[in-house]
Amino acid sequence: MADTRIEPTAAGAGGVAPEDKERRFSWRITGRWVGITGLLAFLVAPIVPLFIWSISFRWFYPAILPTEYSARAWTEVITPHNDVLGVAWNTALIALVVTALSILLGVPAGRALGLYEFRGKRLVEWMILAPIIVPGLAVVLGIHVLFIRAGLSNSIPGVILVHLVPTLPYMTLVMSGVFANYDTDFELQARSLGASRWATQRLITLPAIFPGVVVGALFAFIISWSQYVLTLLIGGGQVQTLPLLLFGFVRSDPAIAGALSVVFILPAVIVLLLSSRYLSGDNAAVGGIGNI
Amino acid sequence: MTQVTLSGLTKIFDEKSPPAVDQLDLEIESGKLTALLGPSGCGKTTTMKMIAGLLRPTSGDISFDGDSILSIPPEDRGAVMVFQNYLLFPYMTIAENIGFGLKMRKVDRKEIRTRVTDMLDLVQLPGFEDRKPRQLSGGQQQRIALARALIVQPNVLLLDEPLSNLDAHLRDEMRELIRRIQTEMGITTVFVTHDQEEAVVLADRIALLFDGRLQQFDVPDAFFESPQSVEIAKFFGGTNFIPGHYEGGEITTSIGRFRAPRSAVDGGDAVLSIRPEAVTLGAAGGNSVMGRIRSHVYVGRYARFRVTLGDIEVEAVTDPGQVKMFNDGDEVPVTFDSNKIWVIGPAAAHE
Ligand SMILES: Nc1ncnc2c1ncn2[C@@H]1O[C@H](COP(=O)(O)OP(=O)(O)O)[C@@H](O)[C@H]1O
Ligand SMILES: [Mg+2]
Repeated sequence: MADTRIEPTAAGAGGVAPEDKERRFSWRITGRWVGITGLLAFLVAPIVPLFIWSISFRWFYPAILPTEYSARAWTEVITPHNDVLGVAWNTALIALVVTALSILLGVPAGRALGLYEFRGKRLVEWMILAPIIVPGLAVVLGIHVLFIRAGLSNSIPGVILVHLVPTLPYMTLVMSGVFANYDTDFELQARSLGASRWATQRLITLPAIFPGVVVGALFAFIISWSQYVLTLLIGGGQVQTLPLLLFGFVRSDPAIAGALSVVFILPAVIVLLLSSRYLSGDNAAVGGIGNI
Repeated sequence: MTQVTLSGLTKIFDEKSPPAVDQLDLEIESGKLTALLGPSGCGKTTTMKMIAGLLRPTSGDISFDGDSILSIPPEDRGAVMVFQNYLLFPYMTIAENIGFGLKMRKVDRKEIRTRVTDMLDLVQLPGFEDRKPRQLSGGQQQRIALARALIVQPNVLLLDEPLSNLDAHLRDEMRELIRRIQTEMGITTVFVTHDQEEAVVLADRIALLFDGRLQQFDVPDAFFESPQSVEIAKFFGGTNFIPGHYEGGEITTSIGRFRAPRSAVDGGDAVLSIRPEAVTLGAAGGNSVMGRIRSHVYVGRYARFRVTLGDIEVEAVTDPGQVKMFNDGDEVPVTFDSNKIWVIGPAAAHE
């Protein structure tokens, strides 16, 4: 984070010459700007045509922009009988629970993989990677039978569980990278100075792994938020989420599909922008992924 | 003030390799400065972590003032360890780092602030409260780490290689600081080092460890005057060894027989050890043999000669003036001061 870097260094602590520091500082700012602008362009650009679709009434070749506009699609999206907001809320709720569970399970798993050597570690790593490599559909067809027997199909808990299949590996991978670069002696030092187990987790471990948790959580949220196949199969049409709703409209009504897409993409963009500082620069929270 | 007793302390990390710490028995005196000395990898850090409660021993016991503390968690032991690489918490200011232990003990904020200021004065870094660890040099970080441990007034202070990451002049400064604080506060202190000179200069007593096993636990000069094995003598360096047979206060070697009242063994195959300062050239007498000067260096405050005696070679450190008296190749009488000869058991007997 730039804030601590621009403070003057301690006298005699062997800091950089002033002019040198300034130059580096301005590079940092420039780099940040390029990063943020790039991110914005990359994320926001696709929304523009979608938005234009959503307000178009007539848009035929060779016109570059629609020849007639209409608010019909947005009225449809907002009217209660389509329950778009209800579905959006549902989608968010599922994604949040999935994210929370991914953190709860993925952080300890990533710690074990990143820090410790144990028998069968390679095997565990492969099992964690498998759901990412093997097509989700293949995994889910197997799981489906189990879920029906357990009474989990066609229910929100079932959908949440099946979303963990792709999110948990991501969370675990990100965290194992973070822990591979983490020195547990910091925790021992805190204990020795009088911190309880809990205080150590809160004051020492958490701040150190926080950027990684944010990045992993972001992955988890977005994977769940945009999940189509898994939700369709396990939810059996009973559990409605935005991607399902969206796909329904793609053929029947492009304008509404455009409006829904905007509703669908915006939260992801906002979340991403809010956490952009954890994705770039010195934090390099994901830098350790290569270790696994 | 606390006396620390280790009995049969053992740590095995891995069944396939030898124990990192093997049946260690040690009485660490209350209020004294004890050095844990040994080459890298001999189990010093492991021992410290076990005393601090950060690592569970495989077997054996640790007691403070006679009471076993194995079941007491690290935060309640009153033994604070300072790690070799400082480990200042990067997200906290210097003041927050130093005050950490007091905050954990629920001391109120105002008192923490005054005591942090006192500590910064003690380690001669006044006004550093609001800096971040990464703005400090290695030597400054080391002193902050020390202050962070001292502020909780531990019963036992465990310093893991406190000087090894510092360059020469900072090392002297830090050495004095540790000695001064330790004397003033009278804290039972154990410090780890792999440097024998550092241990000798700083410690009241030295525990020498090889491969997880205690070799000798003694006052510093004993390691020079009466090392218990050839390996120990070699670790402290600079000694001449001549193998022979010891019997009735005399040791018979390939170059002659020497009177040697001081010995670590009763008799049998043994090694005569003598420090270069106790070897004199020129004057014949008891305990003398003829030798030939092979080479010499003039160092200024003293001179160093290499002398061949039959099939062996010894080193003699003499008055610098002797450089003018002898030439390389001269035949000279070489005398071993019998009171400075120390007879040790043969190297092989000691595994
Ligand atoms: N956590 C650990 N797991 C396995 N082996 C270890 C661990 N910590 C130390 N060791 C081994 O124990 C021995 C002693 O290590 P250590 O106490 O760090 O030595 P020193 O501090 O004297 O250099 C070494 O051989 C080291 O490899
Ligand atoms: Mg060590």
